[in-house]
Amino acid sequence: MNLPVRARRPTGRPTRSGAAHGGLAARLREPTQVVFLALLGLVAVGYVLVALDGGQFLTMESVVGIQQRSAALGIVAIGQTLVILAGSLDLSVAYLISLASLVAAETMAGQDGNILPAVAAVLAVSMLVGLVNGLIITRLRVHAFIATLGVALVIKGVVDHLYDGPAGKVPESFQVLGYSRIGPVPVSAMLWAGVAVAAWFLLSRTRLGYRIYAVGGNEEVARLSGIRTGRVIVVTHVLCSVCAGIAGLLLAARLGAGAPTVGTDGGYDLESIAAVVLGGTALAGGKGGVAGTVGGVLLLAVLDTIFNQLEVNSFVKDVVRGVVIVIAVAVYARRGTRRPA
Amino acid sequence: MPRHKAAIAVLAALVVAGCTTDKPASTTPSTASATSAQGSGTGEQSKFFVQADFDAQLAMRSETPQGPSDKPWEQAIAPQMTGTATYKKDGPYHLCFSNAAVNNPWRQVGWKTMQAEVGLHKEIGKFTALDAEGKDDKQISDIAELQAKGCDALIVSPNTTATLTPAVTAACGKVPVIVFDRGVETDCPVTFIKPIGGYAFGADAAEFLVEKVPAGGKVLALRILPGVDVLETRWSAAKVVFDRSQSQVVGVEFTDGDAAKTKSIVSDYLQRYGKIDGVWMDSGATAVAAIEAFEDAGVPVPPINGEDQQDFLQKWKDAGLTAVAPTYPTYQWRTPIIAALKILKGEEVPKLWNLPQPKVTGENLSTYLKPNMPPLHYALCGCEDLPGYPETWGGKKS
Amino acid sequence: MRRALPIVVVLVVLLAAIAVVNPFFLEPAGFLGFLKRAAPLVILAAGQYFVIVSGEFDLSVGSLVTAEVVIAARLIDGDESATWPVLALLIVIGLLVGLVNGVVTTKLRVPSFIVTLGMLLVLTGAVFLWTGGAPRGALSEGFRMFGRGGLGPLPWSVLILLAMGAAAIWLTRTDFGRTLIAVGDNERAAALSGVRVDRAKIFAFMLSGLAAAVAAVLLGGFAGVSAQAGQGLEFSAITAVVLGGVALGGGRGSVPAALAGAFTLEALFTLLNLYGISGALESTVQGVIIIAAVAAGAVRLPWKFTPRRGDAHAAS
Repeated sequence: MNLPVRARRPTGRPTRSGAAHGGLAARLREPTQVVFLALLGLVAVGYVLVALDGGQFLTMESVVGIQQRSAALGIVAIGQTLVILAGSLDLSVAYLISLASLVAAETMAGQDGNILPAVAAVLAVSMLVGLVNGLIITRLRVHAFIATLGVALVIKGVVDHLYDGPAGKVPESFQVLGYSRIGPVPVSAMLWAGVAVAAWFLLSRTRLGYRIYAVGGNEEVARLSGIRTGRVIVVTHVLCSVCAGIAGLLLAARLGAGAPTVGTDGGYDLESIAAVVLGGTALAGGKGGVAGTVGGVLLLAVLDTIFNQLEVNSFVKDVVRGVVIVIAVAVYARRGTRRPA
Repeated sequence: MPRHKAAIAVLAALVVAGCTTDKPASTTPSTASATSAQGSGTGEQSKFFVQADFDAQLAMRSETPQGPSDKPWEQAIAPQMTGTATYKKDGPYHLCFSNAAVNNPWRQVGWKTMQAEVGLHKEIGKFTALDAEGKDDKQISDIAELQAKGCDALIVSPNTTATLTPAVTAACGKVPVIVFDRGVETDCPVTFIKPIGGYAFGADAAEFLVEKVPAGGKVLALRILPGVDVLETRWSAAKVVFDRSQSQVVGVEFTDGDAAKTKSIVSDYLQRYGKIDGVWMDSGATAVAAIEAFEDAGVPVPPINGEDQQDFLQKWKDAGLTAVAPTYPTYQWRTPIIAALKILKGEEVPKLWNLPQPKVTGENLSTYLKPNMPPLHYALCGCEDLPGYPETWGGKKS
Repeated sequence: MRRALPIVVVLVVLLAAIAVVNPFFLEPAGFLGFLKRAAPLVILAAGQYFVIVSGEFDLSVGSLVTAEVVIAARLIDGDESATWPVLALLIVIGLLVGLVNGVVTTKLRVPSFIVTLGMLLVLTGAVFLWTGGAPRGALSEGFRMFGRGGLGPLPWSVLILLAMGAAAIWLTRTDFGRTLIAVGDNERAAALSGVRVDRAKIFAFMLSGLAAAVAAVLLGGFAGVSAQAGQGLEFSAITAVVLGGVALGGGRGSVPAALAGAFTLEALFTLLNLYGISGALESTVQGVIIIAAVAAGAVRLPWKFTPRRGDAHAAS
């Protein structure tokens, strides 16, 4: 355990030790691997527990259920990963999801022909919200916590003022997104996978990705090395909001209508942040990645499915979830901080 | 400090904007002074209001329900029976239940009552219940997951009406479905069980106040949230009653179901008007907080309505209030289990199962008041004869 | 005190605006009523100040308030003689929750945002698991007195508020208070100059837990048993502290300003209510004002979480 363990991704700060890219043993200790190992372990434990309870854990329905249940959170969490990597965070996603579902369902109004305009409208609204978040944080220099909380309140007010219940109608053809599946893989999970791959490509193969890690790792150093840090942060917020918008579209497809409370009922704001840190991304930014987040979301979903199968009540779930999140991050912190003296 | 001046300017601008804005049609009147000139002060009628349903519910209140009078959860008002021979099969049965949530005392009491009801029936071999935790999306997945578990009948308590309709419609093709509490926008379920409904609740309370409050008296209406269908119906019915009356509604406020906020709002109104002659509430959870606001201000508590929660009933008795408590009985959680078994045995059930919806009045208060039960227990649980009572519901033997 | 000036000006403007619509507000009873209503939030803000100025967050206070009220109701169960022992127990629970938050944050190096988020989930789950989903029992009159009653015309909650406020201001003048600001400003430098960083932070979390316990006593006393007594209070408390110009990320701020921030938030709620802005749009106005106030107050507010001691970039 003497090997320094750190993110494999470029971090924008000078590498302190030549062993940054350690061997296989070191790699296995990275949060991403830890979370997937924990996931495997949890599936095994779940299998045994459910079998003891007289049930079957990995049925077709529960596998589909895990994916359906995690797709929306997964997509939001990918966006949240981007902002957190850049050292920011976004508390407005839950209300934005509600707003997006309403914009989608209202624009579609049950007509097949309106699907494209509706998707465009949702993306436009989401980008605008992301832009506002980003500009308040970078130009007005308001802490991301307060800026996105404030924007969340603004959206909440608008949504509550305009709507007092589910509204709009999503045509059958668009509900394919929410309900259809190819074999054991729902369309929604494919959408999630697509968003994840795009984010992975962005982070690991583009200059922007490199800059996101650099800004999150150390903004000052990033700025001195010629990166327009403000612009990077605004872009990550726009991307995060777009992810929330996509999640809103997906939920509208599931519900067949827009709902003013779908985002907050799902607790997508705090839960997406929890999933991101569960996946090993540092809340301070600069360290982590999309793969870990996918693992974190799946971990929460498998946990949910086990609880569902065992019919554990929701209060136990809260306790276990809280403990799991804290322990996971404590484990990463221990591993992440060992370095040569 | 130019920036600080800017902040103050922004604040000032917002304050000015706040007091000059003429808010267009909305469900709440903006200020009392503005609305008193417009008449009853109740604002626009809710878009949830359906005249036919309103009339039907108000008429149902005076009809005699069919069935055993000591078991209101088995009674039905003007039932239109539907045959269930196609669903007949031999036991033991596997019943499944998709629950919207257990996140408030009303649902807690109901859920415990339902579990106890299941325990009464030997022919139920297995009872599988999933809690959607108040999330539409999870309930949709839950319903899909339950269909794979080999359920003989599926009971659904929908989280929201419109959004759960597709999932319920899909389930109808595979198993007999029983819906209760909130409805869905399809008649494919074998039966839909509900008490008379929100219009009757709201009207019961408002009619009582109109009778007790002197003509021209000031009534304060306290609501939890806008936009919740079951609560909107309560208010829209009360609005119809108040609009026809001499009473003046001086304010319609939202409390978020928060006791501290409720108490603050009532105190504010007492300050502003000096006297409030009646309080209408769309749900009883914060009724005691509202009453305490009057007590703390040292003024007599005016006629008020609550719900069948123990803390309100206790306060009512202790303080000798002029009050009424319309109910949304938790005994309706027993009925779906009974209905499911009837269906699986091929007996007919009402297509629309309207349960009686009694109200607690000064005369029958003592029968409902049970001091050994916890403060947020609902008196109309119909659970007194069930095994485990009162401990399972948090009460003490006495 | 200079730091508190802008927020005090805003507060005075808001109070004046309230008085214009509601002249009763200027009478002692009216103003005391306002103080009484603001007391729980102001006390929570004082506790939250210590956590924030040391560079951390406490998201668990809202659920802690709910948990304390529910615990009190079940344990007291209407029995007057149980009042004082239960009050003592509530204080201990508050301190204990703070201790756990602080130890996990400092010793296990988990960001406080996550620790206290986890604590929020654990507290909500555990307390309702214990009571079977809904509150049980009842509070005694002796317990209710702190939130309802008063010493002559002075409500107990206002007296408690004054005592807590004075204690908080006194604490900031002690070595501990200065240490905390140094820790929040530059943890590494503070540690190198011999400050026991962990101990200071743990103490800050315990103060926040204590504040939550006191706020719970006042709220439970004021409004009685409720399953949602503390709902949303964590965000209100953080917002109040930030409105008072205390920098998220730590190292900058003062208690009087934080207290003024809490009063301002409460005055804002009162004002929005008085001017009859509809329930829905209220949150929009609130959001805009919070962003505007913080933006106007932020000369160069760090927008990032402060690097933790464990992170490599803390060195740079």
